[in-house]
Amino acid sequence: MTTRREFLVLAGAAVAAPAVVEAQIDPNQAEKRKAAFAEALHRVVGDARVRRGRVKLQLPPLIDNGNSVPLSVSVESPMTPADHVKAIHVFTEKNPLPDVISVHLGPRSGRAYLATRIRLADSQTVLAIAQMSDGSFWSDGAEVVVTLSACLEEGLI
Amino acid sequence: MARVVVNVPASAKRGELIEIKTLAAHTMETGFRRTQLGELIPRDIIRSFVCAYNGEEIFRAGLHPAIAANPLLVFTAVATESGTITFTWSGDNGYSATQSAAITVV
Repeated sequence: MTTRREFLVLAGAAVAAPAVVEAQIDPNQAEKRKAAFAEALHRVVGDARVRRGRVKLQLPPLIDNGNSVPLSVSVESPMTPADHVKAIHVFTEKNPLPDVISVHLGPRSGRAYLATRIRLADSQTVLAIAQMSDGSFWSDGAEVVVTLSACLEEGLI
Repeated sequence: MARVVVNVPASAKRGELIEIKTLAAHTMETGFRRTQLGELIPRDIIRSFVCAYNGEEIFRAGLHPAIAANPLLVFTAVATESGTITFTWSGDNGYSATQSAAITVV
């Protein structure tokens, strides 16, 4: 609940610092995020082809609170020294930064599995990419609907 | 104060798959939030996590601001021999935490 005093402080700040407010609303933001997403992807994958399959990304389809979203990734792989998953990367399309997490595994992991909790700023597609020991890349995407966004809610209001 | 919790089974059969859960108490400040006066709150996150089994690295993670506060990591490992599993977190502003767990392999 915003008190009257907090509201007045905030109103004063909005008048005093219009540059900060303008910086927040960038008309090219969507384009910039798309470019950042493509760049982050390119940094991991390079020019290799990313195929669909083998990876299973699990996220709840409807998210009430984007501040803490359970996510799990598992990859089909025998996890032997000859054939294992080297790394799993998770990316988001519309978060302020596309990277979420990168984990490096090996045959001693036994199973290519990861579970964590992430932040989501908007309804978007989350992408998981697995890098195999033979150099191939596999991916899976999940579409999520976020009702309460992370990052911006507390900060701006 | 760096508080961390790890969950590793106390004993396992040789070659068995064990599940390791780790949790670190950390706000994971994203660096995108602002105070009521419009100033940016600087980023303060845990950037990396390493798990070593008897000194040999078996799992490593690079974290970004999109990881929720109090980062939870769940992963698996093969129980190969008795010994200790050590966990190290490190991040912005000199954050560092270490925890270890003993495992008996029969």
